[in-house]
Amino acid sequence: MEQLIQQIASGLASGAIYALVALALVMIFTATDHLNFAQGEMAMFSTYVCWQMIQWGVPFWPALAFTILFSFILGVMIERIILRPLHNASVLSIVVVFIGLLAIFHSLAGGIWSHTIKNFPSPFPNVTFAGSGYIGAHQIGMIAVSLIMLFALWGFFRFTPLGLAMRAAAQNPVSARLVGVNVDWMLALGWGLAAAVGAVAGAMVAPVVYLEPNMMASILLYGFAGALVGGISNPAGAVFGGFMVGVLENLVAYFGNLTEKTFGIYIVGNGEKLTVALIIVIAILTLKPAGLFGRTTVKRV
Amino acid sequence: MAPLLEVSGLKAYYGATEALHGLSFALEKGGITTLLGANGAGKTTTLRAISGLVKRDGRITFDGEAIDRAATEDIARRGVAHVPEGRGTFTGLSVEENLKIASYGRRDKSGVKRDLDLVFSYFPRLKERLNQQAGTLSGGEQQMLAISRALMLSPRLMLLDEPSFGLAPLIVQEIFHIMRRINAEAGVSMLLVEQNAALALDLADTAYVLETGTVVMSGPAAQLKNDEGIRKSYLGY
Ligand SMILES: Nc1ncnc2c1ncn2[C@@H]1O[C@H](COP(=O)(O)OP(=O)(O)OP(=O)(O)O)[C@@H](O)[C@H]1O
Ligand SMILES: [Mg+2]
Repeated sequence: MEQLIQQIASGLASGAIYALVALALVMIFTATDHLNFAQGEMAMFSTYVCWQMIQWGVPFWPALAFTILFSFILGVMIERIILRPLHNASVLSIVVVFIGLLAIFHSLAGGIWSHTIKNFPSPFPNVTFAGSGYIGAHQIGMIAVSLIMLFALWGFFRFTPLGLAMRAAAQNPVSARLVGVNVDWMLALGWGLAAAVGAVAGAMVAPVVYLEPNMMASILLYGFAGALVGGISNPAGAVFGGFMVGVLENLVAYFGNLTEKTFGIYIVGNGEKLTVALIIVIAILTLKPAGLFGRTTVKRV
Repeated sequence: MAPLLEVSGLKAYYGATEALHGLSFALEKGGITTLLGANGAGKTTTLRAISGLVKRDGRITFDGEAIDRAATEDIARRGVAHVPEGRGTFTGLSVEENLKIASYGRRDKSGVKRDLDLVFSYFPRLKERLNQQAGTLSGGEQQMLAISRALMLSPRLMLLDEPSFGLAPLIVQEIFHIMRRINAEAGVSMLLVEQNAALALDLADTAYVLETGTVVMSGPAAQLKNDEGIRKSYLGY
């Protein structure tokens, strides 16, 4: 029982990261109908920037704040400089650009900081507390930071005029322009925000998975899965999906280990949890193609 | 008096296809001008060209300033409010958000408040449905919302693309009545595109008839309405 709770708790912790990545993907998808394959590598690159600042003696939180700002600007610039000219390009050429971006950030990071695995410090003190048998301090911190980030974004989109303009631009670009919204800039801001969210995800997960150019590869997959399960056009659904996938993967491993111990039959273990989690995701999508909370806006003509 | 909107030699393109072949017309301040014509004549394209939504060529001046190179969002902010074909509702946003979004770029908060009250006085139904998702409104209500959204820009000119489309006659009457009031009370000039020529000629003071991207007929609305020959050959009724 204790182990089960532990697994769920650590599933929620990694789920928080998947939720952030899923949200970053959804922010760009709802505005452009494209899945940004480079989202993970951008986050990884941001994490290196944060690490570098810390190496230079900057304390963790200011380093993270700088990294968020840096990533935001980087995201805006990628949209303005690289994607803007491709506004009317085919889906395929945009996919190629995303894969190109992925490769560029990957080799940039490897070139600047080498491919060797690095430790990334956790900003949370390693204290013991009631319940610390179930969940580590860093895991709680990860969940807390992710939740703060999610609430801040929700408040921004829900309550500020700029957030409203970004939602309007994503929903109906032509109507948005007709009421004076600069849709091009809203897209760029969306890219900036997505990159900033990815940076937070990277810095939070790096102490767990260690810092190296491949650190975000499987996390991006989980993020995709979360976004798809929750509904790729629904930010809240994607966040829920991220948490769900995190818990799911740990439960798969837990029950796999349990059957092995009890019956001596090996079905699944830690090695297969990604595969099994993805199979479950595919099963859900077969039943509900739009995801669990896929947007079904009621339309009347 | 200089015209509020002056269009001369206007061409518009969809890709390589030229859809407007050098249109010219003018719209007086405070007036209501209607663009009539059959399906595919280029009415929608004309409005889209004025708003900068299609590639265009030629000269368009609004209140003496050239807007033929300006971006759509700038044209909107200068006071040209386009109520698009199909209403352009933000279906996933609430009615209130649909109205708020149009005042996004405005600095005069008291003016925004005044315009909102004005909108509610014209369309009290919208006030009752502020928190409703706009996509769930009826067609007539969405048309009211589209006009209200345009009003929230505090425009000097409204471009209306078939506001009667798909609506029951009673609702059309109500909406056209409000349009007349908006023109008379708020002093908003209008360029109205309509399939329903009889309806449009009742409201408008000036009319232009388009055929495959060119003006083939124009004159005071009353004159077109009363001339059976013109009606039969150009307006089909
Ligand atoms: N998106 C588009 N791509 C290519 N051609 C287009 C496009 N939209 C319109 N056209 C063409 O441009 C011409 C003018 O169309 P437009 O929509 O302006 O006509 P309209 O007068 O508004 O017609 P309706 O009364 O049916 O709305 C037509 O020949 C049409 O086929
Ligand atoms: Mg039309």
